[in-house]
Amino acid sequence: MTSMPEGAEAFWREALEEGRLLLQRGVASGRAFFPPRIAEPGTGDAVEWFEASGGGTVYSLTWVGQKPPALPYNVVIVELDEGVRLMSRVEGVTAEELTIGMRVKARIGRDEDAAILLFDPA
Amino acid sequence: MGDAFPRGKTAIAGAATFGIGEAPGQTSMELAARAGLLAVADAGLSLPQVDALFICLPDDLFAGMAFAEYLGLQPRFTDNNRTGGSAFMSHMATAAIMLEAGYIDCALIAYGSNQRSGGGKLATPAKSSRYEAPYKPLFPLSSYALAAARHMHQYGTTREQLAEVAVAARLWANTNPEAFAKGPLSIEECLASRMVSSPISVRDCCLVTDGAAAVVMTRTERARDLLQPPVAVLGAAAATWWTAISQAPDLTETSAADSGRRAFQMAGVKPADIDVVQLYDAFTINTILFLEDLGFCPKGEGGRFVAGGGIAPGGRLPVNTNGGGLSCCHPGMYGLMAIVEAVRQVRGEAANQIAGAELALAHGSGGTLSSQATVILGSLSTL
Repeated sequence: MTSMPEGAEAFWREALEEGRLLLQRGVASGRAFFPPRIAEPGTGDAVEWFEASGGGTVYSLTWVGQKPPALPYNVVIVELDEGVRLMSRVEGVTAEELTIGMRVKARIGRDEDAAILLFDPA
Repeated sequence: MGDAFPRGKTAIAGAATFGIGEAPGQTSMELAARAGLLAVADAGLSLPQVDALFICLPDDLFAGMAFAEYLGLQPRFTDNNRTGGSAFMSHMATAAIMLEAGYIDCALIAYGSNQRSGGGKLATPAKSSRYEAPYKPLFPLSSYALAAARHMHQYGTTREQLAEVAVAARLWANTNPEAFAKGPLSIEECLASRMVSSPISVRDCCLVTDGAAAVVMTRTERARDLLQPPVAVLGAAAATWWTAISQAPDLTETSAADSGRRAFQMAGVKPADIDVVQLYDAFTINTILFLEDLGFCPKGEGGRFVAGGGIAPGGRLPVNTNGGGLSCCHPGMYGLMAIVEAVRQVRGEAANQIAGAELALAHGSGGTLSSQATVILGSLSTL
């Protein structure tokens, strides 16, 4: 009996807990993707892990309104320099400052009991 | 091979809605069953003649089994496909192919929801993925907001143009007795309404209503002998490119570009041939995206296409002639209501009847612009 390999999502989350932002790419294609998978999307080919640069650009954004006095918070889609997109939040910016096309830098913060990927203005 | 479709071989023989707006004291299954029985009667058929069931309910993941038991049928085939609001267009594709093959003889497709009376908000088991949930996007609203923001950035689409979609829907609703939201609505009111998740404000959002709808499909040759003028199914295609909005290759283009292209190809018609269009308008950006993706205008031109009353009564293209999800009804998965309005238009019995409507398109969307499905319907003269 062969041992069960670790799931891709669990591996990614463990790395994030250790302060590392990992991505995957197809071994043959070199194409990066997210979220983590057990095979390359579109081909089913073998994948490998690598560390992301952390640099990215805001691809789209929305400010979610809350009942006052709570302030609106942003939800963004960031395009990492490796070409993958993911949802996140840019911290420490106002509605005027946060724009599509803005350069941002990844940071790993805490959300309750778990590590969470956040972004700061670059 | 691929995309072979029995153009016009099957038809909608019966159609009905029930409880549109508010239907207090009813379960979702009761509403779906009432619409189903009305659709069967509308066709001039009896319930035991139904031998295939297609359903998707907001609150019952196994609704196919529950529907068979509720109606007391032992169907040859039960389909509980739940690609959200596009499920019913996919049901039609499956039913058409099964009917033509002789696998089934009479399909009942139904939907019902008591979400307004039952809870007052969208009833859905769907939610943000584990990769998105920590950032607290409103589900599904913020996903549409992200698409709208990108469309505005990329193509210069404005909030005024989004508001045009809401105002057009209201104008259609105002002369539809079945519509839930009526009364004057101006662009200024839309712009001044509370921002929920920018750039989407309250008036960019669909209603939360109760309601049910159903259609009965048979082979067209049989439908000719039934009570209603058959509404032929000329094409039906579905496409799914993602589930999470962050995974859209291009946030301004949905897989409606694929489902639409294929449905048009099956039907042997082009967008300019369509007399009346029903689009799943969960949010105002949907209408703009789908007009582009389905080929009614070039990519990026949707905002300008709807401006100046472009899709309102008297405009360049009649879109969502019942008032749509924005002003007629939105019981959670609106797709089947869009189909019923298309049927009514082709039959010539719609509240806001478009004179001489022979070809209608109904388009459904599910998830966060994730699943898209298009059907093209025509009168017998289009066969």
